[in-house]
Amino acid sequence: MQHLPTNLRLLMGAGLLILVLIGIGVYFQTEQSETDTIPKDGEIRNAVAPLQVDGIESQVKNGIHEPTGFIAGEGLSLVIAHCTACHSAKLVTQNRADREGWEKMIRWMQRTQNLWDLGEQEAAILDYLSENYAPVQTGRRPPLTNIDWYELKE
Amino acid sequence: MKKSFNRRKFIKNASLGSMAALLGAEIVYALPDGYTPLALQQNQDPGKLFGKHKEMRVLNDLPWNIEAQAHLLDDSVTPAAKMFIRNNGLIPEEINPETWTLTIKGESVPQEKTYSLETLKSQFPTHTYQLVLECGGNGRSEYYPPAKGNQWTIGAVSCASWTGIRLRDVLRDVGINEDAVYIGYYGADTHLSRDPDKNPISRGIPLNKAMEDQTLLAFAMNGEDIPVAHGHPLRLIASGFPASASGKWIHTLSIRNKIHDGEKMSPPSYSVPCEPVEPGIEVPNEDMCIIENMPVKSLITYPKSGALIGAGQPLSIRGHAWAGAKKVQTVDYSIDFGATWKSCSLQEPVNPFAWQRFEATISFPEKGYYEVWAKATDTDGISQPMLTPGWNPKGYLNNACHRIAIKIS
Repeated sequence: MQHLPTNLRLLMGAGLLILVLIGIGVYFQTEQSETDTIPKDGEIRNAVAPLQVDGIESQVKNGIHEPTGFIAGEGLSLVIAHCTACHSAKLVTQNRADREGWEKMIRWMQRTQNLWDLGEQEAAILDYLSENYAPVQTGRRPPLTNIDWYELKE
Repeated sequence: MKKSFNRRKFIKNASLGSMAALLGAEIVYALPDGYTPLALQQNQDPGKLFGKHKEMRVLNDLPWNIEAQAHLLDDSVTPAAKMFIRNNGLIPEEINPETWTLTIKGESVPQEKTYSLETLKSQFPTHTYQLVLECGGNGRSEYYPPAKGNQWTIGAVSCASWTGIRLRDVLRDVGINEDAVYIGYYGADTHLSRDPDKNPISRGIPLNKAMEDQTLLAFAMNGEDIPVAHGHPLRLIASGFPASASGKWIHTLSIRNKIHDGEKMSPPSYSVPCEPVEPGIEVPNEDMCIIENMPVKSLITYPKSGALIGAGQPLSIRGHAWAGAKKVQTVDYSIDFGATWKSCSLQEPVNPFAWQRFEATISFPEKGYYEVWAKATDTDGISQPMLTPGWNPKGYLNNACHRIAIKIS
């Protein structure tokens, strides 16, 4: 922000204040029906802290937590709460690593990306990730899969 | 109102109810102060948000990372609808070209200088080139052990028509010191944590790259304003380098007397082991080298993989090949997994750093399942590998041959 002139910063400050007020309004309005539920897939959320994750059991279908795409399992609520506060669940579900690899990612996020201390919940989070998103050995060049066959007419 | 102002406490309490009870653990956070709620973005369809083609694949939506599929990239000049998005942070929410400025600063300028966007557009000659942008991590998904990050397959590449002014013209106008070696950029995107003191990404290019004809400060793409997701109103284009060097929403350039040290400049980001390593090994940062030019590569963009054709029916294939700062010399195809290769016809690039069209007509000897593999070779005689190339910790530079499935019946 230092690069911006003071008047612009003031303007942005005022803009932010309005956004805050809108945010409060939105929050208040929706509070009755869905208290701080998990945001819609991809919705920009406030990266302040873990999200509250009540009632996720009803959102699990065929072993997948539908709003996030996470595999249902022990530790799911912790992973939703901590991981999706800043980034999409998709960033987790598209990656694969062993326990050490996931721990490295958490350390990197804590060192450089403002991730908070996960405290005693870290072990449960690492259990969940390393069990459900472990590396799969595919060989040096896997066969083509999921081919969508179609008649080609030239 | 109270609840919102006490949001942090509220969450903490709620979490204690739902999670801590689960584990009997106390929740510990170290939260930076100063976060503010931003407007909620309700429309999450990349088609509606960014005008992207419905077959574009969303890898990540916070931050947005979207890739094309091979058959979507058949156009000679990639339209915005089919261009991949690679964001490290959040797209700036308010962009005003009327008030946008570019500031040139750093150790290696005699004095800081600021230009309005309008001045840049009117004071310097404009140039238009078709330029390949490819994410350094394109192809990451094929490495094993897996590398963390967005698991790009093949679609993080584009060749659009970019219009802008030459970076070197601006640098000459500012006057840079003799000790200048690197240009670092700063953009208006926001860090995922919303920490205003953090840059999502601040990379750059060596001075010699900055001085090239095709290194642009671009303000238009395919003849129109650059789409917001691609860096409106001003971005750097340094084709041939990993696309992360081509910063978006640029407001500041820092002229450095050393390699720029912005976010994601230092290893392991956008770096590979200086010497080949065995897969999965830990590589110390001091043994990593920053990626400069991208390697030779090609894509079969027609037909789409999965074509069923009749026996005796010839098949026309086509695609694009590119080679970082070099030209592509030849493109060959194989229908027998590399046992034999035949030549494709290959066009010259319309300008340096543009991809080159290749074409071939294939006759299949008998019925059955085939894969058509394409292999480009650059002017130094270096070809694409058929297997994934040397493993590296962050999964960059996978230029393995592309292939499509064909069945003859």
